[in-house]
Amino acid sequence: MIVNTLLIGASSGAIYALMALALVLVWRSTRVVNFAQAGQAVLSTYIGYEAMNVTHSYWISVPIAIAFGALIGALVDILFMRVLAGRVQRGPIAEVAPVIATLGLLGLIQSVIGLIWGNAFVQYTSPLSGKGFSIGNETVPFSPQNALIVAAAAVVMGAFALVFTFTDLGLALRAASFQPEIARLAGIKVDRIRTIGWTFAGAAGAVAGVVITPTASLYPNSLDLFFVSGFVAAVIGGLESLVGAVVGGVILGIGFAFILQYIGSSVTFLAAFIILMIVQLVRPHGLFGHKASRHA
Amino acid sequence: MSAGLSVKDLSVSHGAIKAIYELSFEVAPGELVALIGANGAGKTTLLRALSGLLAVQAGSASWSGNSLLKKKPEELVRSGIVHVSEGKSVIPELTVQENLAIGGLWRRDKADVRRATKESLELFPALQSRSNQRADTLSGGERQMLAIARALISRPELLLLDEPSLGLAPLIIEQIFESLKQLKAERGLTILLVEQNAMSALKIADRGLILNLGRLVGSGTPTELIHDPQLRSAYLGF
Amino acid sequence: MRKFISSFIQGARPFQRVRTLRPIQRALILTIFGLVLLVASNYVGELQAYQGAQVAVYIVAISSIIVLTGYSGQISLGHGALMAIGGYGTALSFTEWNFPWPMAIIFGVVVGTIFGAILGIASARLQGPYLAGTTLALAVGLPSVADQFKILGGEQGLGFDIGDPPAWLQRLAGGNFTQYQWFFWLTAIAALFIFWATTNVLQSSFGRNWRAVRNNPTAASLAGINVPRWKILAFTVSACLASLSGALLALLLGLVTPTAFPLSLSFLLITGAVVAGLGRLGGSILGSVILVSIPELSGALATHFGDSQKLTANLPGIVSSLMLIIVVIFAPNGLSQIKLGRKPG
Repeated sequence: MIVNTLLIGASSGAIYALMALALVLVWRSTRVVNFAQAGQAVLSTYIGYEAMNVTHSYWISVPIAIAFGALIGALVDILFMRVLAGRVQRGPIAEVAPVIATLGLLGLIQSVIGLIWGNAFVQYTSPLSGKGFSIGNETVPFSPQNALIVAAAAVVMGAFALVFTFTDLGLALRAASFQPEIARLAGIKVDRIRTIGWTFAGAAGAVAGVVITPTASLYPNSLDLFFVSGFVAAVIGGLESLVGAVVGGVILGIGFAFILQYIGSSVTFLAAFIILMIVQLVRPHGLFGHKASRHA
Repeated sequence: MSAGLSVKDLSVSHGAIKAIYELSFEVAPGELVALIGANGAGKTTLLRALSGLLAVQAGSASWSGNSLLKKKPEELVRSGIVHVSEGKSVIPELTVQENLAIGGLWRRDKADVRRATKESLELFPALQSRSNQRADTLSGGERQMLAIARALISRPELLLLDEPSLGLAPLIIEQIFESLKQLKAERGLTILLVEQNAMSALKIADRGLILNLGRLVGSGTPTELIHDPQLRSAYLGF
Repeated sequence: MRKFISSFIQGARPFQRVRTLRPIQRALILTIFGLVLLVASNYVGELQAYQGAQVAVYIVAISSIIVLTGYSGQISLGHGALMAIGGYGTALSFTEWNFPWPMAIIFGVVVGTIFGAILGIASARLQGPYLAGTTLALAVGLPSVADQFKILGGEQGLGFDIGDPPAWLQRLAGGNFTQYQWFFWLTAIAALFIFWATTNVLQSSFGRNWRAVRNNPTAASLAGINVPRWKILAFTVSACLASLSGALLALLLGLVTPTAFPLSLSFLLITGAVVAGLGRLGGSILGSVILVSIPELSGALATHFGDSQKLTANLPGIVSSLMLIIVVIFAPNGLSQIKLGRKPG
């Protein structure tokens, strides 16, 4: 029984971790919570859906969706966030302006999706079965699609870990996110690096979208709740840490699974709220967070 | 002259507050010029304006004939101007080795980066044993050495140093200043050294500039400055 | 040092031009304005009366955002949940315990205020994105709780039907007094009263202290302001207003269901508040009018452009999102600031 719950939790936890990773990447490089992430991810998924309609192959549509996710991420930074940063002012809204702007962008993206594709539920099907594996006589609540989800998340996390730890680009990304001014004075093109961070985040969101959507339906708001969970996971882990994002995702995934099993589906987010409150009472900056200096 | 640092009638403001008033001075290539003055004199503001961190309201500044104004700091680094800022100039969350590596990320010539790293470590041997330690575990003096070491890896022509002696013990200050003297002699590096610690700075400088409330109030060789009783008591503190 | 700090705080002075009327003067103006509205409601159709009531509900709701975010600087993405508590508290006491409807509303507000105080205490230490995330989780989590507990009516929700307007009023208005008009009267009176009371509070030292907390918490605490206590107070007052608006919404809809308080409601409130301007309470009126007119405008636009289903469903979203984005980028202090040419405060 417990194993089953853990398996269910692993799959959803993987998605939350991916969403959380995308959020933390953008937060560290831009100090903004990107609500539009939910919209970017679902837009990339719709593009994958179109690609699938054209090519009739899930496996071809996936990299296309991811590529577009990366591109959309870059575009949002260049066309939107940079314009915003140039105009941040004082007043009641200065601190929250970027967040609210991304909220607006989210609504815009989702409405435009509705305009182009309609708001009806569509199916983005994957060749992998959504039925659980059979072990002996039992069916485990873990299907080949779930395996793909976990594998995809693991690959993305692994790739990020490698890039961040071992490559020059990763070092530049870290330097620019910790101390942008020092990085500039060391010759790092911080603006370009930041856009690359957004590109990675966009790709991560797209991966999440294309692997989770086959298990349900696709509609403009289909990734909203996953995004909210990702946000909660990122906050639990502490917005400063990529590792924290993953841990937060796993904790939330497993936590949700247990609550689903033993209490019911309607209290899951209330439980998330309670988990959040408890974590923040003990550690106001999340499990892995530290009092990072508030530099832009 | 078009070589070296040439600043003419520079005015810089922090929002509504003017910090630097029509400042003019020159630094010849290979010179070590000490910029001294009390707190709030505008020294840091000047460096930040020269390195592209602050916008300039009026006047001009150029290095080797090329204007420094309206450029981003990372562009100026590529022109050979490196600013080691005051207080926080290393990234605490990264290791010593990573901090050094950052100085060379923008450069194409990776072989030279390796050479420069080796030279920096020879200049500051204390860093060698701490290569894999996080920068926030270093002492103040070691951090300053790390900051200068990293700056050198970018192979600067003009080095802007903001109060490297801040908060450091006299012995360490001497050590660092000796290294600066060495650098100047060996590489022909041009250095603009901002300091509150006037004596130590003047000891190694070719010339000194005294700034007060955003204006130049004195300039000359160290000997001239030290022997001027007015300047001495007002600005040099002795 | 003290002078420096107090001048810092002085910068948080409320706007001093037109609206420094004394409370009495303000009450007079609002009463006259209110009477005009009430009489005018005789001459408009059912739809207009309903929309007028919606505007009134939004005015109270957006006021809650202005107090919390515009004044004390705390961001909440979960005010829909606070509205839900007010609405459900009202409906519950009405349905289960047979409170008369005015008492039911008071009960709903009290419950919501208490919850707001608790939430404020728990959130006092949280900054920007952490607070946003927590309130977001609440916005998503709370309404669905109603599905879990039978007493809260589950999916069907709970009814809150206050019935027809009282007989004496019908006689007074000459017999043509519809239920929606009655709703409009009730909500409008409530909104005007709340507007008056809240403006008084915000113009007083309360408003100044909140602004000080928002502008520079460190300076504020050095000047003797107990920052956490004021933040909690802001949350409590904000929750009181939000739960009242939820109760009024319940009155207007005649029932409460989990789907009456979706996540999009919280976002809509933020949109209305930001577009109008977080800095002044007057923004709540402009913002409410904008929120209620967006569906109308979009409907008209959609018809103009061919009236496809996709268009009508999504145009409101496009309009409000674009509005939000444009305002945040080009007029961060809201449209009401542009009109009067004020500087940010």
